[in-house]
Amino acid sequence: MQPEILTWLIPLPPILAFFLIVLWANRNNRLSHMLAVGAMLLSWGLAMVVFGMAISSEHLGQHPFASSIAWLQTGETYFNIGVLIDPLSAVALFFVAWTCLAIFVYSIGYHNFGKKRDPDDRVGLPPKAGGIDPMYARFFAFISLFAFGMLTLVVSDNLLLLFIGWEIMGLCSYLLIGFWYGKDSAKRAMIKAFITTRVGDVFMLLGLAYLYSETGTLNFRQILYNEEVLHTLAETPSVIAGFSTAGLIGLLLFMGTVGKSAQWPLHVWLPDAMEGPTPVSAMIHAATMVSAGVYLVLRFFPLLTAGWHEGLPLTPTLSTVAFIGAFTALFAATIALAQNDIKRVLAYSTISQLGYMVAAVGIGAYIAGAFHLITHAFFKALLFLGSGSVIHGMEHGVHASHKHVDAQDMFNMGGLRLKMPRTFWTFLIGGLALSGFPVLTAGFWSKDEILADAFANDHHAVFIVLALAAFLTAFYTMRQITLTFLGKPRSAAAEQAHESVWSMTAPLLVLAVFAVAAGWVGIPEGFPVLGGLLPNWFHEFVGGTLLEHPHVLSFTAVPLLTSVGVALTGLFLGWLVYRRVPAGAADPLTRPLGPIYRLLQNKYYFDELYDFLFVRPAYWFAETFIYRWIDRGLIDGILHGVGRTALRIGSFLRNAIDLPIVNGFGDAVGEGVKRAGSRFRVIQTGRVQEYLVVGLLFTGLLLSYVIFFQP
Amino acid sequence: MIPLSWYIIFAAILFCVGLYGALARRNALAILMGIELMLNATNVNLVAFWRYGTLAIRGQVFTLIVFAVAAAEAAVGLALIISIYRRRTTIAVDEINMMKW
Repeated sequence: MQPEILTWLIPLPPILAFFLIVLWANRNNRLSHMLAVGAMLLSWGLAMVVFGMAISSEHLGQHPFASSIAWLQTGETYFNIGVLIDPLSAVALFFVAWTCLAIFVYSIGYHNFGKKRDPDDRVGLPPKAGGIDPMYARFFAFISLFAFGMLTLVVSDNLLLLFIGWEIMGLCSYLLIGFWYGKDSAKRAMIKAFITTRVGDVFMLLGLAYLYSETGTLNFRQILYNEEVLHTLAETPSVIAGFSTAGLIGLLLFMGTVGKSAQWPLHVWLPDAMEGPTPVSAMIHAATMVSAGVYLVLRFFPLLTAGWHEGLPLTPTLSTVAFIGAFTALFAATIALAQNDIKRVLAYSTISQLGYMVAAVGIGAYIAGAFHLITHAFFKALLFLGSGSVIHGMEHGVHASHKHVDAQDMFNMGGLRLKMPRTFWTFLIGGLALSGFPVLTAGFWSKDEILADAFANDHHAVFIVLALAAFLTAFYTMRQITLTFLGKPRSAAAEQAHESVWSMTAPLLVLAVFAVAAGWVGIPEGFPVLGGLLPNWFHEFVGGTLLEHPHVLSFTAVPLLTSVGVALTGLFLGWLVYRRVPAGAADPLTRPLGPIYRLLQNKYYFDELYDFLFVRPAYWFAETFIYRWIDRGLIDGILHGVGRTALRIGSFLRNAIDLPIVNGFGDAVGEGVKRAGSRFRVIQTGRVQEYLVVGLLFTGLLLSYVIFFQP
Repeated sequence: MIPLSWYIIFAAILFCVGLYGALARRNALAILMGIELMLNATNVNLVAFWRYGTLAIRGQVFTLIVFAVAAAEAAVGLALIISIYRRRTTIAVDEINMMKW
């Protein structure tokens, strides 16, 4: 079978499942999840076949699997849409298919399939006592649509189709964050996520339009694998001074990434998105949506770097990208230090790690960025699903102990390693991968590569910021693990927590394997002892996406020692500080950090700032300006004015014309006839003889006339 | 031979007597009789004009038709008068003013 045809088929099963569930299967929970998981399994199978074909084909970069059809007539030419599998999309397809499948299977257990529906549960609210979710089928419909969006985005061969997939995911994330729409916080979170990402998307759409108007095509290969086009774009100055056309388009597209991948300053929506069910958090935060943003900048890497070579100073666009990435990496990591909600810590950690990738792209470390994207997808999905499993166990504990505590607050947990061994070990692996535990874990290799690249190309500021972020990452990860799993239970709920079902823990095991093994494909060849044992396949393969194969860095000890040092120190300190937190105690960091801790806990007051700067002015604008002034005052005023004028004209016509002239004439005729009748009726006496006299008189007159005047 | 004008004068006098009866009498029967007189005055005229040669046989025919009409009219008139009398116990025409507005 030709790989192109298989590629066309990859996104289709989930959308079919979506329609089938929505239209016919939504009353049958078993059928719904069988459809969704079956469709995802089919997509996964197709994706694996295509991936297998991709890695076994020689020079995939020069000769990718591509196929397109004419879609829309644009003047004399056609706008083509199609599919493209080059090395970058092949590896993206790989991790998307795996994580999506894992999340689909996990969702079955997470939504308590097999349990009875609790009569107390209400539609639009999470189940209270472990009954099956009242909206079980709907959830699977939504995640199917979500998977369709992501797969479309990955296999598309042009920016427009990518944008379509991107927006489908935006819609689904809105629907899924607000899945439990009975909760006020979920409603607010869904709107916040939708509006915030929309800000980035508008810029992205501008970039798309600009790119189309400059090149006349949106096809990736025609723009990004074409030296001539890239050269022209890099040389032409854009409408904004100081930027080349390529730079400005790149920056606009990067704004889309900032929104979707929750980079500062549009990061605020992602922590709130935790209101959704945990598989949704995993999907949005690890496997799909936020990765899509980084995928976009990786995809447009040739455009971002057009006119720049390694060794030259960064262009304004690249500096912006690098700055935002590095800043976000550190900024989000500091916030994660002071969060107590197990999922919120992971949310900020995701923002931070995405910042890592963006920073890598900003300093031109293409391979390292792509590598971290993939390893991060695996271990972050693992962590999210693991945290979901923890919350699930805790909720069971809360229910069993009849004492209400917040099931997501890490300070209510502790000692869960004995109650939930499978979750604990997989979570530990994920956590170590996130902190970059040396040699063993995937996170170490990808993070190390970014640091090495930053160091080797003399981007010292970025290097230091990222190293600091890596230290904080290790610290808050160990804080999380220690608080959740180690020590003694700090609440009755934690004492009675129990391990989750197999449909939840099996995906954890699969993802844990990848969280370790995904790193082995990209071990740099210059690495002491281990280097060269396995070929650096990732570098070779993904490097083929670019026109110019990026060269291999020579090994230096400084970044390696740094990353090993910060990871181990961070982990150790995290354990040291949090190993003996008694029940009901505050965070041990509260006192030494003082006001800084409060600042961190409140996320630098960004929500409040945006509320003051944007939300309230928007409400004022809507409520006072548009509603009260424009709508009620101006538009209603005009309407009322028109109405009043019409009334006045009407009453003038009535009083001056209708009543006196028309009515007067009619009345005069009637009255006149009446009056004449009453005058003349006296001659009608009813006596026949008088009539006869009158008849005689007139006959006489007539005769006289005939006789005297008519000869 | 008696001249035609005598007949006409006679007929005119007869007509005036009939007219006076019809207009001045209060009794409906008397009015009816007045009308008969006027019709007969006309008949006299018609027969006279026939005899003096301007109307040929048509004068006599007209006269006969007038008789027939007069008889019919008298029958209808008497029936009406009897009917009114039964209702109102009077046949004085100035009291019979039902045809007023």
